[in-house]
Amino acid sequence: MERIPILKMGDFLLVTIQVDLYDQLAENLESDLINAIKKNNSKGVLIDISAVSIIDSFMGRILGNIAVMSKIMDAQTVVVGMQPAVAITLVELGLSLNGVISALNVEKGMDLLRSKMYNGDKEEQAYDDSSR
Amino acid sequence: MQNSLLASLKEHQNKLLAEWSKLLQASGSTDGSTEEEESKEFASLLLDALKHSNGNADSDEFENVYDLLVGISSSRGRRGFSPRENAQYLIAFKEAASKILSEMESDPSKLYSANLELSKLLDNMAILTFESYMKGREEVISRQIDEISEISTPVIRVWDGIVALPIIGTLDSSRTQVVMENLLQQIVDTGSSIAILDISGVPAVDSLVAQHLIKTVSATRLMGAECIISGIRPEIAQTVVHLGIDLTGIITKASLASALQTAFDMLQLTVVKRKITN
Repeated sequence: MERIPILKMGDFLLVTIQVDLYDQLAENLESDLINAIKKNNSKGVLIDISAVSIIDSFMGRILGNIAVMSKIMDAQTVVVGMQPAVAITLVELGLSLNGVISALNVEKGMDLLRSKMYNGDKEEQAYDDSSR
Repeated sequence: MQNSLLASLKEHQNKLLAEWSKLLQASGSTDGSTEEEESKEFASLLLDALKHSNGNADSDEFENVYDLLVGISSSRGRRGFSPRENAQYLIAFKEAASKILSEMESDPSKLYSANLELSKLLDNMAILTFESYMKGREEVISRQIDEISEISTPVIRVWDGIVALPIIGTLDSSRTQVVMENLLQQIVDTGSSIAILDISGVPAVDSLVAQHLIKTVSATRLMGAECIISGIRPEIAQTVVHLGIDLTGIITKASLASALQTAFDMLQLTVVKRKITN
């Protein structure tokens, strides 16, 4: 069965979707990704959808689900490289993907993840300091 | 029978032309010499067609006449004639032709049927000129609409990573679509992470316009850029609140300057005055 590769890069997971997603593939990706987060104890997930030209409501929901699921497993999801047409379609469908953070390209997405992690650590530290 | 009468009009072409141009001069729906050539060609083609077509208005001979007529009426349209004057152009021809016909034939019943035939033909042609006039106008209008929507949505790169889009004129659904597409494409092309949407040129904001703005902002965010709306005039703020539109999730600024300042803050840039050293 066809699967989308999930690459581990340090604390982050990198998923680049190179084909147009169909429903089964998306569902597989969802479960694979959550398992990979568990296995690698990842802090962030970066999903590159720059090659995806069609996203329907189901796919939008899957992306939202992934974001929420990884959030409760303490990993931040960043979706990068969304095409203008896809963004317009999603907005017209009324899916503004709340909870999903977007970035323009992989580079900016990585920066964003790093800054989130750094800030997150700082917050934790601040919390530790205050609890002491 | 009447066909032979109409067909023989060809023999009186010069007389007909003279009569026609006299009538045109009288009605004032001509601009003189430039038209004479056209008129001559038209009359000769039409009379030829009448001669050879056996009164069948759908025959191939008339195709040429119709083509020429469409050309004439559109060129007259460009020269500033009204559709009424275009119709008069043909009506004058009809008048001239029926005058010649009455000189040629004395039998009232033959004359009547020939006239009837002629009217039918020329009335059709008058309708055709009107249609082609309208079509020409519509082409102009649709081209202008395209131009306006192209011109009116320039995306300006104000800084490295900041694009601005001043919106001038009312935002409707189709324009929002163009604005959104242009903006998102520019964000991708320039790799900008902040977009400023300046609405100081939008005369009124109603719930629909606000909806469009919110959509644009959401789409920009989905792409991974932040969108600031600037140029909110006091009237706009008032209407937005009175209409109960929720803009709380969107960064709004009163002027482009303060939006730019916010954008600089987001990109961690500072503008400092240069120290003058003596």
